[in-house]
Amino acid sequence: MPLPALRSISAWGLFALPGRERHSESLEAASATAELSRGLGRSYGDSSLPATPESELLCTTLADRILAFDDSSGLLTGEAGLALHEIHRLLMPRGWFAPVTPGTQFVTLGGMVASDIHGKNHHKAGCFGDHVTSLRMRLASGEVVNCGPDERAELFWATVGGMGLTGHILEVTFRMVRIPSPWIYQESRRVPDIESFIAGLKESGPDWPMTMGWIDCVSGGASLGRGILMRGRWAEPAEAPARFPAMPPRLTMPFFFPSWALNPLSVRAFNILYYWKHLAREKRGVVSPWGFFYPLDAIHLWNRMYGRRGFTQYQCVLPEEAGQGAARRFLELLVKLGGASFLCVIKDCGAEGRGLLSFPKPGISIALDLPLRDWTQRVVNELNAFVIAEGGRIYLTKDTLTLPEDFAKMEPRLAAFDAARRQFDPERRLRSHQSERLLEPAPKEMP
Amino acid sequence: MKTAILGASKGMGRALARVRAERGDDLVLLGRDVEELERSAADLRVRSRGAVTVIACDLDAPDGFPAVIEALFAGGARLDNLVITAAHFGTQDELEADPVRARRLLTANLANTIELCERARVALLAQGGGTLCVFSSVAGDRGRKPVGLYGASKAGLSHYLEALDHKWRAAGLITICVKPGFVKTGMTAGLKPPPFAGEPDAVARQVSDALERGTPLLYAPSIWRWVMLVIRHLPRFVMRRISF
Repeated sequence: MPLPALRSISAWGLFALPGRERHSESLEAASATAELSRGLGRSYGDSSLPATPESELLCTTLADRILAFDDSSGLLTGEAGLALHEIHRLLMPRGWFAPVTPGTQFVTLGGMVASDIHGKNHHKAGCFGDHVTSLRMRLASGEVVNCGPDERAELFWATVGGMGLTGHILEVTFRMVRIPSPWIYQESRRVPDIESFIAGLKESGPDWPMTMGWIDCVSGGASLGRGILMRGRWAEPAEAPARFPAMPPRLTMPFFFPSWALNPLSVRAFNILYYWKHLAREKRGVVSPWGFFYPLDAIHLWNRMYGRRGFTQYQCVLPEEAGQGAARRFLELLVKLGGASFLCVIKDCGAEGRGLLSFPKPGISIALDLPLRDWTQRVVNELNAFVIAEGGRIYLTKDTLTLPEDFAKMEPRLAAFDAARRQFDPERRLRSHQSERLLEPAPKEMP
Repeated sequence: MKTAILGASKGMGRALARVRAERGDDLVLLGRDVEELERSAADLRVRSRGAVTVIACDLDAPDGFPAVIEALFAGGARLDNLVITAAHFGTQDELEADPVRARRLLTANLANTIELCERARVALLAQGGGTLCVFSSVAGDRGRKPVGLYGASKAGLSHYLEALDHKWRAAGLITICVKPGFVKTGMTAGLKPPPFAGEPDAVARQVSDALERGTPLLYAPSIWRWVMLVIRHLPRFVMRRISF
């Protein structure tokens, strides 16, 4: 096979690195020389980017077949490049939905496993990996194996959330869930501050399968952490429209915004408008699942909003032990640092993911966009220092700038993950720019 | 409707099979690798209520063609559309460096493809008509530096398909020559996409419409009709200078 051409490869945050990318329908054959598989490139940072310009990546998106679907159990086997939006397009009209979905449906099954993605239902449903029954993988040695919770469980739980570093994921089998209708019954309300926000999430958790909120992260003082709290459940057939909810036409962001378009004033205006757009204190009713789950998918290439220099996302979880005040202190620090963001999303997490490097653990998760500018590294370092002190951690799928020493402090499970890598890839053939940045040199064994 | 597609498990064939599946066609998947065809059949069965079957067919092995035709029309079964998307591809540099590979490409893309069309013609006419839809290429429209040999095979094929349509349309055999411009599939992966590169799904929908209408010549995406109109009229001294 000829070597793919050298080109610039970037993910959703537009941070780009030179490398080579192979596209193939046959993942098993094409992964022979690849250092990493990647899907639709929706992770924000460098987790799907090449370690060096010589690195060859395998893009899985041409391997997009459904290999089996059982209409009685919901068990679906798909090739790693199969995209979630295609699964929904085909199976939602028949009453099935993914057990867990991230905030975009332009992700592949392989990526969903590698990131062990979570969604609005994390407090009830856990991560995607909790619903996966089997993976087919090509290990660094070239061996092709199956693994799952009951078969090669060590490999399986190292791969779930393992950022593609334990082997190439070829096929994924997981269980879809039955939905009573394709529509969502949603309640949303304006919330005046961060304490009411966390209380609102907690109070909604037991009865609502989906909860999340958007916070205005520019207003400080008494309004710190005000925002819109959303909770939803699948609508019953009696309350839902009979028709299938049309996917909205996708508008394309036709060009990169100039970098000055994103300034403290525009960010402030956006946040205030977004808050007051929700005029009624409380709204309830049946809404389209597309707007509910994937509001940003409506704009193709919305990442261009941050200009050519791109952006990163900062997502951390502040554990329950850190207490109620941790989220307030985090937001106070954010307002002080001036790293304000258009979108700041808050969500309470349920049980810790079982994957060795899965992100969620019980507590409050906060995610915000940060444009890549000269000051971004400093802001990330300061936020990380705070998160370390509170016993929290960051989400690798979003990360571009975390320092290795900071990551090691957040991640007591790192030694176990490193041991798994040594077992399944002793020669370290599999790597990404992120793994080179954060996971090398291998951390010392914990005593 | 029943549609058979040679090259159904990859690229344009896969995209077209999915479009036809969602229209409710019964599908016959033809290709070299039966295991791959079965995996594609599983995918299509989730997408369609129509029947999906597979038949092994290798464009490099024309001796197997009679058996393929027999299987397609076995027991007097009717076939509405036979689509051939399969072909070899190689850049001019690759083929100049490897004359054996060049011969294999020219044989499969031209002589063998035409032989399969000829056998299908007889069978389709015998059942009273049908549609034969074959993927040629814009590379056959003009002798261009990067695709001279591949283009030669496609130029010959386009020529044959045009004549076939002229001779047999009145008798009920509709011939469609599809000339895809650059489409982003596994075949073109690794090449730098030019302006107007098409997505396989959009091109597949165009081809599917052409099957309904019996359009004899289809450029896909459509803009390539105008791109090629210009390129066909460029003087030779320009063609010698540009690398396109």
